[in-house]
Amino acid sequence: MTVTSTVTPLSPGSPGANEPLDAHPVTALRARQRRRLGVVVVTGLVLTVALATLALTLGAASLPPGRALLALFGLGNDTDVFVVQRLRLPRIEAAVLAGAAFGLAGALFQTTLRNPLASPDILGIASGASLGAVFGLLALGVTGLAVSAAAFAGAAAVALLIWFFAWRRGLHSIRFVLVGVGFAYLCSSLLSWLLARAGEREAQSALLWTVGSVADVRGTELVVLATGLAVIGVVIAATARWQGPLALGDDHARALGVHTDLARVGSLLLAVALVALATSFAGPLAFVALVAPAIARRLLDDGGAALLASTVTGAALVLAADVVGQHALFGISVPAGIVTGLVGAPYLLWLLAMNERKSRP
Amino acid sequence: MTASTSPGLAVSARSEEPSPASPRTASSSTSPSSTSPSSTSPSGDPLRAHAVSIGYDGRRVIEDLDLELPAGRVTAIVGPNACGKSTLLRGLARLHPLESGRVTLGERDVTGMSRKELARTVGVLPQSSLAPDGVRVAELVGRGRYPHQGWFGRHRSDDDVVVMRALAATGVADLADRPVAELSGGQRQRVWVAMVLAQETDIVLLDEPTTFLDVAHQVELLDLLRDLNRDRGTTVVMVLHELNLAARYADHLVVMSAGRVVAEGRPSDVLTAEAVLGAFGLEARVVPDPVSGTPLVVPIGRHGRHERRDRPAQD
Repeated sequence: MTVTSTVTPLSPGSPGANEPLDAHPVTALRARQRRRLGVVVVTGLVLTVALATLALTLGAASLPPGRALLALFGLGNDTDVFVVQRLRLPRIEAAVLAGAAFGLAGALFQTTLRNPLASPDILGIASGASLGAVFGLLALGVTGLAVSAAAFAGAAAVALLIWFFAWRRGLHSIRFVLVGVGFAYLCSSLLSWLLARAGEREAQSALLWTVGSVADVRGTELVVLATGLAVIGVVIAATARWQGPLALGDDHARALGVHTDLARVGSLLLAVALVALATSFAGPLAFVALVAPAIARRLLDDGGAALLASTVTGAALVLAADVVGQHALFGISVPAGIVTGLVGAPYLLWLLAMNERKSRP
Repeated sequence: MTASTSPGLAVSARSEEPSPASPRTASSSTSPSSTSPSSTSPSGDPLRAHAVSIGYDGRRVIEDLDLELPAGRVTAIVGPNACGKSTLLRGLARLHPLESGRVTLGERDVTGMSRKELARTVGVLPQSSLAPDGVRVAELVGRGRYPHQGWFGRHRSDDDVVVMRALAATGVADLADRPVAELSGGQRQRVWVAMVLAQETDIVLLDEPTTFLDVAHQVELLDLLRDLNRDRGTTVVMVLHELNLAARYADHLVVMSAGRVVAEGRPSDVLTAEAVLGAFGLEARVVPDPVSGTPLVVPIGRHGRHERRDRPAQD
């Protein structure tokens, strides 16, 4: 008979309801998990700062770190200041902001839909943004911030359509994912059609929107991106406590007092807003939203949503991808979205393979 | 091996009670239709269903059902598959919307309460529970504190004590920082019960809590729920499949069939051969449980009968 010896049944001698109890094991576990979160976040931030410093020094005019940092604060010769403040810094800021947005959005998607594969790339929301931007560029002939607005509209439209088709007396995660996959294909087909019709020169610039790049985000765009991220981030932080009960499934969440439809819809809306915001400036940046939360969750290993850690991981990932894309690939410069795609696709395959193995007895 | 001795201990403690007409169960109503004044138990208000109908996609599962779950007692709801017992529990706990009728807690309408307020009074263990990957026991049980916490999930100083108490009460204190996924089925179910206990509710509803457990763990879990009722006065309501365990552990037994309550009251009054035949369509003999004296249902199938099988069933 297999009665587990670790299980001590309630008996008159064991600590009962009224005796004072040492809560140490619970408090200690919480302290340990908080410490681990601290270490992961600080490490991610240090890594991001190191990468940023590296990115400031590398380029056509290579600067030693000291001169680059001085130039950052407006000191040193004018060329240095121009190169650092006008050319390199905005690109770093864009990479960090877009990466953070994708990381956070991915974590929110995955925990809300209870599916580690749910991410804006796979759900078609990122493709919706690409489609919107390319349609704006090629069909409407808009430029600048208007392209971003078109991308935002594309992402939002696809999200709403997924919603419309996935909603059946409540939001069912698997239906949402499947409908999303369908829309991803639809968007990429339409995108190919638009690109095939376009002239060669137009197609070149439009192509960037199908890959994702942080090279040309500056000025007002950065301000909009940063403000949007901050606002949405605060709302997510305020509602992050939904995620614990939600991750246990609808029945458990309701039993714990969560208004599940509201919480799920709210969380997804916030995630969609983040993706729409980030893609409308940087393009889709393949797989960041999928990979960053997976890494963060693995690092924390506490069964939580890892929202903060995913944000930091996303920022570091995109910055690293952009540095690699600019400098490391045999002298040619490629957009960050291609690098993240090259790294992310094999990771997705590996994740699928691992899931497959796990689900087998 | 304290664990293996505990069922015996608890059973012997229970069998000392003057079982049939015990004063403890005297105040609970024995006839299905009577709406006796709410019990004087200190453990809060009874949960009542008034003319409740519940359905899925237009298909009625529960039709016009009235039921009172006596406060401070252990109630078991039994019935054949698809008789609507789980649906009823989900409706009572507001996990599923009612089509008509209402559920009250004392004088208050449950639908008028905020979800969080309800979650501080009624705890529910749904039928299937899946823990997220990597989550630790104490952390999962801590999620039961959700209805007691404010915005930004501010942790209250006594949360850890409550969680520790729930872990101790369910006998999983030693497992506090183990990943839930690594536990055995019996341990895992105890952890889920601990999470519901951490909610600190007067009423606990459990939907087939023993389904995936072997018989030893079933008895262990039911003993635990009985202890909870005895030590804290918690009202326990559970949907059970196993008739004999339901009869042994419940003060109040509700038999359902085709979306209706066909009998309720003390197990010894309710669980008769006729009731089993009526609700389950199963011929059975009902004899006194040699351990507890409560009704023991012995099914009569088409096979495996003793030689002198055609002796008339005695009631």
